[in-house]
Amino acid sequence: MAPKLEIKSVNKSFKRMQALSDVSLTLRENEFVSLVGVSGCGKSTLLSIVAGLLDYDEGDILVDGAPMTGPGLDRGVVFQSYTLLPWLTARQNIEFALKAAGHKGAECRRIADEHLALVRLAKFADSYPHELSGGMKQRVAIARALSYRPKVLLMDEPFGALDAMTRHEMQTLLTRVWEQHKLTVLFVTHDVEEAVYLSDRIVAMTVGPGRIKTEFKVDLPRPRTQEIISTPEFMAVQKRVLATIREDLVPDEA
Amino acid sequence: MRRSKAKALWRGLFTTGGEIGRGTYLAISASVFLVLLAIWWAVTSAGLVPPLFLPAPGAIWGKLAGLASDGTLWGDVEVSVYRVVAGFVIASAMAVPIGVLIGTSRFWEAALEPLADFIRYMPVVAFLPLTILWAGTTDLQKFLIIWIGTFFQQVLMVMDNVKRVPPDFIGLGRTLGLSELKLQMKIVIPSALPGIWDTLRITFGWAWTWLVVAELVAADSGLGYRITVSQRYFETDVTIGYILVLGVLGLLCDQMMKALERVLFPYAKRRG
Repeated sequence: MAPKLEIKSVNKSFKRMQALSDVSLTLRENEFVSLVGVSGCGKSTLLSIVAGLLDYDEGDILVDGAPMTGPGLDRGVVFQSYTLLPWLTARQNIEFALKAAGHKGAECRRIADEHLALVRLAKFADSYPHELSGGMKQRVAIARALSYRPKVLLMDEPFGALDAMTRHEMQTLLTRVWEQHKLTVLFVTHDVEEAVYLSDRIVAMTVGPGRIKTEFKVDLPRPRTQEIISTPEFMAVQKRVLATIREDLVPDEA
Repeated sequence: MRRSKAKALWRGLFTTGGEIGRGTYLAISASVFLVLLAIWWAVTSAGLVPPLFLPAPGAIWGKLAGLASDGTLWGDVEVSVYRVVAGFVIASAMAVPIGVLIGTSRFWEAALEPLADFIRYMPVVAFLPLTILWAGTTDLQKFLIIWIGTFFQQVLMVMDNVKRVPPDFIGLGRTLGLSELKLQMKIVIPSALPGIWDTLRITFGWAWTWLVVAELVAADSGLGYRITVSQRYFETDVTIGYILVLGVLGLLCDQMMKALERVLFPYAKRRG
């Protein structure tokens, strides 16, 4: 099967600092891949580049075999900062994306309501973002990104600003949605447990300049539930990924 | 341990980030007005200041009531309100689109921001003789002064409002494939609108100031004109009365715009 997303030898510099050096990564259809690494390793930079929101210096990016030329509806992005438009209700925020994707009025409403139900927020369709908690806002943002069926879902530390309890809830929800809908996801996180729980594959990046260091296949059974976190198999993977990342920390932090 | 009511009130009133009820808030504000009024009344009724310098509150009230009943006050208010609203609307109608343009496009920013910055440092009063030369003492001259005094500031403030639109909102618009125009209309402007409204509210106060300056110097009607005339005849009661009327009008406008803001942008939470 043709890969959904291909990143080929991408280089990126900010002023004189090299942020990404020769980064290559391929995502198969329906694959959930996490990018992990210490801060400054360029994982968020890479995601922004793939989203088309940041220019890069060299390399190629292909989405479904076609060269990527800028931001577009074939890649859905979930930002850490929720980015719900505050003057629109939860439903209107989703409809906003659907309208942009060319759906007609009545259809927008139906699809929006379906997706609100998917993230269990049907009751909050008419609530404004400031009336929703952080976790609820991010659920709306996920529903919005899914609603117009992008080929690849890009998530930039989407649960980073949430408390531990809510984060677990969101991870469970995302796994469930992913298992139902079979999406291709590129997920940036600094939380290794989260990466192991969600991913088929974990890509560890390293600093100075940002590049890919190692890849880990996560062969844990699906569907996954939070109980899996305490199994020896899970902890073994987590330990290996953590050990790789720890090498990049300065001794004081380790 | 339960905190006593007095202690809770104290914390609400005087600690950083404290909260008090709306009633308490209004009571404190009103008290300050009343205390100042009482001091004023005491000072004048004790004869500490000659009425020529500071007439008693009652005398000023009486004078204003007289001017109101013979229509002079309302005529002056009407003329001045017309001028300030017209001048302000002209300035704002030009400043908002230009400010949005400068806030979004680096070309327009480079072209116009330094220019606006330069002109806004020129004292508006220095333009008075020039505007009289150009437009006489007509209403147009008042509009010009209000425009010079507010437009350039508004442009820079609106630019700032637009630059505060979260970059992720723009990123979202781009990932949804919005065109540049749609991005402006559907994301940038709605997002900046509460801030722009605030800019308009603040600059409307300045427009009042510039109107009165213009009317003090060259006019044959309006609140500022009446103040100049009253000073000529040592009618201090009219002078002070009109200054108070200006304060009340300003306060009313400000409260009206704040109330409208709550209706238009219920999602934009204001502190305090």
